[in-house]
Amino acid sequence: MHALVVDDSRAMRSLLRSILGSLGIDVAEAADGRAAIDAVEAGPLPDLALVDWHMPVMDGLELVTELRRRKEWRHMAIMMVTTESEHENMVRALLAGANEYLIKPFSPDAVLEKLSLLGLSPEPVPVADARGDDTLR
Amino acid sequence: MTTATAEDFRFLQQFILDRSAIVLADEKQYLVETRLLPIVQRVGAESIGDLVRAIRSGDRELETAVVDAMTTNETSWFRDAAPFDALRKVILPEVVAANVVRRRLSIWSAACSTGQELYSVTMLLDAEFSEVASWKLDLHGTDLSSAVVEKARSGRYTALEINRGLPAPHLVRYFRHEGSFYVIADALRNKVRFEPFNLARPWPPMQDYDVILLRNVLIYFDVETKAKVLEQAKAHLRPGGFLLLGTAESPRGLVEGFQSVPAGGTTVYKKEG
Repeated sequence: MHALVVDDSRAMRSLLRSILGSLGIDVAEAADGRAAIDAVEAGPLPDLALVDWHMPVMDGLELVTELRRRKEWRHMAIMMVTTESEHENMVRALLAGANEYLIKPFSPDAVLEKLSLLGLSPEPVPVADARGDDTLR
Repeated sequence: MTTATAEDFRFLQQFILDRSAIVLADEKQYLVETRLLPIVQRVGAESIGDLVRAIRSGDRELETAVVDAMTTNETSWFRDAAPFDALRKVILPEVVAANVVRRRLSIWSAACSTGQELYSVTMLLDAEFSEVASWKLDLHGTDLSSAVVEKARSGRYTALEINRGLPAPHLVRYFRHEGSFYVIADALRNKVRFEPFNLARPWPPMQDYDVILLRNVLIYFDVETKAKVLEQAKAHLRPGGFLLLGTAESPRGLVEGFQSVPAGGTTVYKKEG
């Protein structure tokens, strides 16, 4: 499975790469929406794009809109991964074509559960590797 | 069952910090009860204070149990896909059809923790079983801990909690954003009721249910208590009603009168008769 992580924060890209990598998923990165489009065009076509909202050059909402404009990319699952948590903006992202929404901060388990909701089943991993203790921090 | 005193909580904050480097914030007292009351029951203690005293006096086994309980995961929405698939595909269609004349449906989440399970069932009913919207619904959640029940009633969840397995369309449909919390919509909250309840004690007179969710709680009981709890659950299920247990749990050898039904990739138990 291929995933594209789109976030202007290097630390966040690295965190998501680490979580997805531990699930056996190949990860490519882009630092803004424009770079993400370039990456998708260059291939391989990702099964999943994880998209931040607030980014320079082209933001996440514009990116989702652009990705959904292209028929040949329609099978790509899109999950917003963002601090943007206003209700109306969540609705805008879903209406634009995002399939899921993960609010920062999140635990590794939450990523795994969202993949399951998207019908994307990564290779099984040992429970200890997927375990988070998110509620106690 | 007594709740944790302020002194017990301060001790546990320091103990968990020392043992796991996890900071247990002051507002997390409800978590102490959610996680530790099952241990209180299992070891036959009276209160969380008893656990604290045993840890202070060097009970290593208990120390480990408490650290494990405090550092494993919080409950998710639609926790474990299989039971919800079973509800969606087999149980709810059957009990809805069976109650179409009565126009009543009663579901009990008997170890409801902070409410995610019962709210998830309520969302499922609302989204996919619209025919019951005008029925008399009794959607009942109970838990050992009154602090946990209070949190379930409040319907307020953090981003970390809301991220756990809740489909985005449900998030925007059934929650509103208030500061740093996500609050369950009144329309949904008004359909449910939460109360403290100790499964291990004799049960008071109560109504019968169409579905009882009793997941991942029997594991905390000895065999005799498991059998008593299951007998009472059976007595409070309507004929043809369904019991859902945790993956590692089964009524086999403990109580008669349930038919195993494969559903949604798991096994559920239908009351015979």
